[in-house]
Amino acid sequence: MNLPLPDAEALVGALVRQLSPRVTPETGIIGIFTGGVWLAERLHRELGLVLPMGSIDISFYRDDYAKSGLHASVKPSQIPFDVAGRHILLVDDVLYTGRTVRGALNEIFDYGRPASVSLVVLVDRGGRELPIAPQYFGATVAVPERSMLVLSRTEDGILTLQLERDA
Amino acid sequence: MRNPQLNAKGELQHLLTIEGLPREILIRILDTAKSFLGVTEREVKKVPLLRGKSVFNLFFEPSTRTRTTFEIAAKRLSADVVNLAISTSSQTKGETLLDTVDNLSAMHADMFVVRHASSGAPFLIAGHVKPHVHVVNAGDGRHAHPTQGLLDAYTIRHYKQDFTQLSVAIVGDILHSRVARSLIHALTTLGTPDVRVIGPQTLLPTGVDRLGVSVHHDMATGLRDADVIVMLRLQNERMRGPLLPSAGEFFKAYGLTPEKLALAKPDAIVMHPGPMNRGVEIDSAVADGTQAVILPQVTFGIAVRMAVMSILAGTTA
Repeated sequence: MNLPLPDAEALVGALVRQLSPRVTPETGIIGIFTGGVWLAERLHRELGLVLPMGSIDISFYRDDYAKSGLHASVKPSQIPFDVAGRHILLVDDVLYTGRTVRGALNEIFDYGRPASVSLVVLVDRGGRELPIAPQYFGATVAVPERSMLVLSRTEDGILTLQLERDA
Repeated sequence: MRNPQLNAKGELQHLLTIEGLPREILIRILDTAKSFLGVTEREVKKVPLLRGKSVFNLFFEPSTRTRTTFEIAAKRLSADVVNLAISTSSQTKGETLLDTVDNLSAMHADMFVVRHASSGAPFLIAGHVKPHVHVVNAGDGRHAHPTQGLLDAYTIRHYKQDFTQLSVAIVGDILHSRVARSLIHALTTLGTPDVRVIGPQTLLPTGVDRLGVSVHHDMATGLRDADVIVMLRLQNERMRGPLLPSAGEFFKAYGLTPEKLALAKPDAIVMHPGPMNRGVEIDSAVADGTQAVILPQVTFGIAVRMAVMSILAGTTA
């Protein structure tokens, strides 16, 4: 399987260019663990956002808990700014079924009522099962159904995309 | 024989005792609890994990703190909670206990939180219920109180981080204390090198040293350079026959006063599972002092119980 995958670093640059005219000192950014947090860290730095960034683990909001149980390692969610009335960028690495974003939206609303939430993803791979669409995306990639598109980060912080076969 | 708490895949199906649980399971509960702690600081202090599930608090022994914190934990997981306080005055046991459980199961209980004066009662229930039903031991006789042991371990980790460097002293009525047993098992499983029990001979169970602890009858030696001091309540209601001259004598020898606390490390923390008997096992100056973490223990207890219930409810037989 030799699908040509885009360069993740170039996609980060593209997202920064799309977002920079839209952000203000009041903008809040929240990454979804793990890949979304890496991407949010980069965007937070390169967009020069003022508020500290948030990170959420949606394990407590997953819709497959009854089937699969609680995830083995749940990380603490942290949103260190007031959500109520704020314009928020919600960041994930790969958008697929939309179920993770659904869980993330529910979690954010348990912190307060935001003015708006925009979805930012590095890659949209299609295959949506819910009416969810990204407002900002680096690229669209057609990925075979039984494969996973995975973001990884090197020790020096370089982001790369890889294709993994689903077990 | 398989550990009755674990399913065929080695996952936690019931929480009955800390004894024999692998370290990874304890660590997972403590880590998960840390994530739940943040939930309780938000505007909406609830997550939807146990939506549609029914948790039955089955208390055959009186309790305020434990029952309330289990109830709050279940409600913060969005479960429906039913509280049953069942009198044990007629010593209802055996068939009657299981009949009660059968009736509640017919009301579609998904989880039983059980406190009982008889050691082993939660094991009996766990062995009886259908595979999708989970049992949490909320204290059985003198045997075990695993969620208290876990919340004590959580508190110690919160303030001291690394178990492998610690000296922990557990003081007082060890004989009647299921809290002490559960905490000792948790601490040794988590790699605590120095666990001490301190008390008069009459309040120490025979063979307590086999649990991997050192035994002291004197506070002066037992508290020296301790990082953590856990004070236990004198359980008068469980004492059969005279084990102590008087509460006053006990306080003189084993009550934690500022002078005795000074024997421990300067940054030692003082814990107590509650309810406290001021002037019997602990001096008010210590209980209300800067080294006491007795109230944070209660707060952490909710997060730990949320972690236990959400891990159990997500495990299939």
